[in-house]
Formats: sequence, C-alpha cells, structure tokens
Amino acid sequence: MAPVFHPQSPEAHAIATIFLYFLVLAAMIFLVVAGMVGYSIVRYRARPGDADPRPTFGHRRIEITWTVVPLVIVVVIFAFTLRTMAGVDAPREPDRPPDLTITGHQWWWEARYPNGAMTAREIHIPAGRRVLARIESADVIHDFWAPELGRKMDAVPGRAGYIWLRADTPGTYAGTCSEFCGVQHAGMRFGVIAEPQADFDAWVAQQAETRAADPGERLFRERKCGECHAISAKDDKTYTGPPLAHIAGRRFLGGNLPNREGNLMLWITSPQSILPGNRMPDSRLPADEVQELTRFLETRR
Amino acid sequence: MSPAPPRSAIRVWLSTIDHKQIGILYMLTALFFFVVGGLEAMAMRAQLSAPNLKFLAPETYDQMFTMHGTTMIFLVVMPALVGFGVYLVPLMVGASDMAFPRLNALGYWVTLGGGVLLYASFLAGGAPDAGWFSYAPLSEKPFSPHAGSDYWALGLLLLSAGSVIAAVNFVVTIATLRAPGMTIRRLPLFVWITLVNSVLILAAMPALNAALVMLLSDRVLAAHFFDPAHGGSPILWQHYFWIFGHPEVYILVLPAFGMISEIIPVFSRKPIFGYGFVAASTLAIAFLSFGVWVHHMFAVALGRVFISVFAAASMLIAVPTGIKVLNWAATLVGGSIRFTTAMLFAVAFLLEFTVGGLSGLAFAVVPIDWQLTDTYFVVAHLHYVAFGGIAFALFAGAYYWFPKITGHLLNEPLGRWNFWMVVIGFNLTFFVQHILGLLGMPRRVYTYPDLPWWAVLNQISTFGAVILGLGALVFVANLFASLAFGARAGNDPWDAWTLEWAAASPPPTDNFEHVPPVRSRRPLWDLKHPEAPDWATRGGG
Repeated sequence: MAPVFHPQSPEAHAIATIFLYFLVLAAMIFLVVAGMVGYSIVRYRARPGDADPRPTFGHRRIEITWTVVPLVIVVVIFAFTLRTMAGVDAPREPDRPPDLTITGHQWWWEARYPNGAMTAREIHIPAGRRVLARIESADVIHDFWAPELGRKMDAVPGRAGYIWLRADTPGTYAGTCSEFCGVQHAGMRFGVIAEPQADFDAWVAQQAETRAADPGERLFRERKCGECHAISAKDDKTYTGPPLAHIAGRRFLGGNLPNREGNLMLWITSPQSILPGNRMPDSRLPADEVQELTRFLETRR
Repeated sequence: MSPAPPRSAIRVWLSTIDHKQIGILYMLTALFFFVVGGLEAMAMRAQLSAPNLKFLAPETYDQMFTMHGTTMIFLVVMPALVGFGVYLVPLMVGASDMAFPRLNALGYWVTLGGGVLLYASFLAGGAPDAGWFSYAPLSEKPFSPHAGSDYWALGLLLLSAGSVIAAVNFVVTIATLRAPGMTIRRLPLFVWITLVNSVLILAAMPALNAALVMLLSDRVLAAHFFDPAHGGSPILWQHYFWIFGHPEVYILVLPAFGMISEIIPVFSRKPIFGYGFVAASTLAIAFLSFGVWVHHMFAVALGRVFISVFAAASMLIAVPTGIKVLNWAATLVGGSIRFTTAMLFAVAFLLEFTVGGLSGLAFAVVPIDWQLTDTYFVVAHLHYVAFGGIAFALFAGAYYWFPKITGHLLNEPLGRWNFWMVVIGFNLTFFVQHILGLLGMPRRVYTYPDLPWWAVLNQISTFGAVILGLGALVFVANLFASLAFGARAGNDPWDAWTLEWAAASPPPTDNFEHVPPVRSRRPLWDLKHPEAPDWATRGGG
C-alpha cells in the first residue's frame, strides 16, 4: 500500500482525501481530451481521395465555455486547497515551545527532547497525540518526510519550520530525507516510533539518564571518537555524528543497517563500505580496540 | 598578393552568418548533447535497476543527474528550439535572414562555448554534482569544494548570454523584417509564440545571471549571500533561481506549442481552431509564469498566506494551457487527418502533455505538494512535460521541417519504428515513476532499500528506458540515412500554407526569389485556392 494513501494521522488523512478527489477530477479532464482526440483520429482519418474540408476558424461561444469552465474548476480546487492547508499545517511561529526538535545533518537525523534526551534516526513520539516538532538543519538543506504521518518540511539552516507530528496507533513509520543534500542523501532514512504514552514517557526519561563510568570510555576518548559523537546524554554541543549515549537501544545503525550482532563492529571498522561518502572515516584500529569499543557501546542502552 | 584560397567546408561552417546554417549548427549541437544527456540517463537507470546496486558510486551518480538535467535543459532543448527558430522565423515571415546575422553567429558560438565549459569540468576534477538547481548551501564551497560548481555557474552564464542574444535577435527580426501584409494578427503561431518567448527570455535570464554571480562570489570571493552563519540566506538562492526557473519551463515549452500549432492544422487539413485564443493564451501564460515560482518552495516554511498566492497563480496558469490543448484537439475535429510520423508525434504530444499538465496542477494543490514534492512523482511529472511534451514536439518538428532543411523526406517506415518505440518506452519509463513517488521514493537517490514494489517498478522503468533509448537511436539513424538516401521532398511536400514552403528545399542563401503576397494567415492556401481565399473569410486576420 502506498504510504501516501495509507494515512496514519488526521493530517495525512486530510491530504490523502484532497489528493483522491483531485485524481478523480484529473482523470475526468484527461478523458475529455482523450475522448476528443480519440474520436477525431478514428472519425476524421483521411481516406484516399478526400478533398480538404471546408475551412473553419473557431467558435467564440465554445472558446468562452472552455475558458470559463476550467476557471470555475480551478476556483473550487483553490478553496479546497486553502481549507486543507489550514487543517494540516502547524503555525509558522507557534506560541509554545516544541515537543521535540529534529535536526538534519549530513547524513543523519537527530532528535532532542525538552528533558535533555537526544537520539538519532529513530524518533519516538507518544501515539494518538499531536506533538509539535521543530525542524532545523545543522548544515545544508534537508527535508523531513514521513509520508504516512503528514506533510514534509524542509530543514533549512538558519530557519526553523514546524510540523504537527502524530500517529493514531503505536507502530514504526518509515521516513526519508526528501531534499537532495549530498553524497549520502539516499542513506538518510529514519523511523518515527509511536508508542503508548507511558512507554514513551519511560523511554524519554531513560534516554536522558547518564550512564555509570566504564573503562571503555577511556579508549573512546583516546581514539577521538568523542570529537564527533556525544557519549553522555544531555550534551548541548552540536556534533558531526549521531549521539551514542544510548546507541545500544536503537534499531538501526546509519540509514539501514539493523543494529544486530556484529553490525556495530562492522560499522566501527568500515563505515565507508556501508554508506560510501558518509562523514565517518574507516577507523583502521587494531582488532582488540574495535572489540573493546564495541563492547563498551553495547552497554550504552 | 596571392589570391585567397577557396574556402573549405569547415571554414564555411565556422564563419557562417547565414541563419539557416546557424540554425543547423544549433540543431546538430542539440542532437549531440541529446545523445550525451541520454547516456547519462541510461547510466542512472542502470544504477537504479535493482536495490543497493554498486554500478555507480554515489558521487558519480550525483554528477550524472546534475549533468543530465543541466544538459537536457540548456544544451538540448534550448539550442534545439533556438535552432528551429533561427532557421524558420526568417523564412516564415518572408525575410532573407535574421535582423542581426553576426549577432546570430555570436549567439551560437557563445552557446557552444558554454557547453564546452560545462563539460570541461569532467577534466578539471569532477563535474558539478549539486543538482541542476544547485541549492545553496550544498553548492557552496564548504560542501562542494571541487571546481565542478564553478564550471557549472560559468557555463550557465555563457548559455544564458547566448539565449539573450538569440532573443534580442528574434524580437527585432519579427518586429522589422516581416513581409508586406504580414500584420501581427497574421503571424504564423510559431512566430507569434517565438516573439512572446523571446520577451520571456529577456525577462527571466537576469535573475539567473544575478544568482550565478552571487554563487560565484560566495565560492570564489568568500562572499556570504547564501550563508546563514554570516547573515546570508539559502532561501534567497531559491527565490532567484526559481524566478528564472519557472518561466524557463515555459520558455522551453512555448516553442513546442508553436510547432504543434503549425503541424496539427496542416495534417488535419484545417486552419487552427481559435487562432486568437491560442495566441492570447500564450500572453496569459507568459504573464502568469512570473507569479508561480514559489510552488517550487512549498516545502519551505514560508507562511500559508504567502504560499496561497503562488498556489492561486499556479492553478490559474492551467486555464490558458488548457485552452491551447482544447484548441489543438478541436482542430482535429472535422478535419481530414493524415497520419504522417510528424502528425503521430503531434497527436501523442496532446495526450502525454495533458498527463504532464494535470500532474503539474497537482503540485499547485499545496497539500499534495507537501507530500509529493521531491519524490519520483515529480520526476514523472516533469518528464511528461519535458519528454512527452517538448521532445515529442521536437520529433514532430524534425519530421515536418527536415524536408525543408535538407531537401529530403525522413524515411516514414523508420519514423513509425521511431514513434512507437519512443511512445512505448517513454510511458513504461515514466508512468511507473508516479507510483514510486506515492510509495515514498525520493528523487536524486543513488540507490534505494528493497521495499515492497520498489525493485519491480524500478526494473520496469529501466526496461522502458532501454526501449526509449533505442527508439531515439532509430531517430538519429533516420536523420543520417535520409540525408544520404531519402526521397526528394520538393518545395512543399505537405501541401502546407506558411511562407517557408514557398522557398526552395533547401532554400538558397537569400531564401526567396520573390515572397508571395500575404493577405491572410495562410498565404499559400490563398495562392492555391484563388476561388476561396482565407482573406475573403474570417481567416484573414
């Protein structure tokens, strides 16, 4: 089922509805043109020996008709467009702080919550409730698009946009970057994870917890992983790479690599083989250090 | 002093100021780059033929779609349309050349220079890879450090200059060199539309030039026009680019409308239905085309009221466009239709362009745009306009005017192969891309995950592209084969009505021995039918 026609929020549903009406109308208009053309090429095909028909040059009343009728159609479409826009769009300058801020980076999505929790790629929201999401960019223009949940919004550096984000029922809804943003535009996929309010509350509280110190953290710092990644929750700095404070609890690494046995180690060793051109260089660390880092990160749940 | 040696063919073509030779140079340039841009498209379709392929590296893929779009717009459609215009406008108005023959030559060589510069980027460290729209800040130095984007901007500055040169020449030629009796209301529609289009070019190109100079300043002189960290704005680039970019869409499509407006009447054996409405709707499109650019930016948070204004204009422009389509269709009604290859392409144009026009109207419905912009639905839409519309009209124009240009008819059986392969291949390639957009596939991705239906639809699209590519090769083969072996055309193979058919095929340097009298829109009809001339009826103009 095409996600655009599989709406999972009232906002996405309103868009799917106006789209369906439009498709029916467009099909009717196409049939009028195709009918005229089809009828003519059958009925008025030249036969050998046919003389030229008597010239006719037009017909004023017909011309006026097919100027006015489309005009009326267009006015009606415009009225429906305005109504749907007002129904699905968040205010441009909301009068309250957002429930979460989503930031596009080359080439991953970051989400931060008011309690200081932050995560990457998997954006958790409470199901059945409309949340206000602020969309930003840390570098170039990206576009946040989860088609089952509603409109897309460009993430423009220096300019925030706001959308309503809502999913009626718990589940995972696929999303992708929808504005060309460089080499790994294709890899910039994400998921919106809607969960019951209690689960969401627990998750967002847990994400904000800092972890006990661990000997692996020393290696993380010595190998300069911390230059690009936050390892502690509630870190306000902007990093090149996604936060790792709770990496073990995420479902995917990079755009599409399931966070399964061995894949984290693969990512640490050769991220360029997974998403060529992404900002993380292949590490060339000795095997024992890769193992130690993997072990350490797998404790960050 | 020794006598001047006889001029070789190469020197003749390099130094020509004859509008017909310059027109041919433009058209051959367009043909060459059509093959190049087509190969770039094939490389992309190969990479997308299955999920997670590694046929092209992502950087290479980005260069391919950037160069494909830039090439097809600036090095294929623009030179093809200017080439047809430069060749045909003087003939159609009964002149012996363009108003400024040397300027005409300059325009061509500047255009060619722009193309060479653009492609020289491959030798200079990599082709541009920020898309044909080259959005800042992705196209700025920190994110695109290699020289590709500089070559892109400089190449486009030259191409834009070439277009302006041609436009000035068209305006002056049409204003001053018309045959006696050819009033503005008797202009062939192709000429009428070329006139309006030239004004559009003159109005739209400055915005592109300004944007390119700002981009180059940012990149080379460390200016900050588009850098938000220093008070610049990435949205500024989008406004400038689309203030040029959307009128550009009409600049590309209007001459195609002009060709269709010439070809459908001749092969329906009837004058165009509603000449006045077809001409006036062109003016309406030109006027409205400057008020629709923000529909490329509906996904930016710009405010609902602001966006609504541009949505309204974008919907309104469907009305004059619809008028044109209905008038062409009405020209068929009651005719005596001759299905030459030119006419097949013209009729197919009507249907394919209507699909593209309607899917375009979808993007004026802002909520639909909020879902589908920058997805494969857009790719499908724009190709229904650019290929199903513009390229089909160019094929029709090629079959229609090739006999005038070369003196030979294009081969009709090959033309049928050309037509059916292109129609089938085109629709296979692009129709399924509508569905891919609905399935959530974004544009400009070098690969995609193996989601339900994505692989099979992309396979169909790639399969269609192969048929389309082969169909286009049949066209190229037909051109060369018919040039060598094609049947003699005579001056007026289609029993047509506009002045170019009164000249010899190919026309001599000065075009006409004497220009027939012009007392209506169809001077050759009047000549052939003294018993019922148009000037005695409503067709006089």
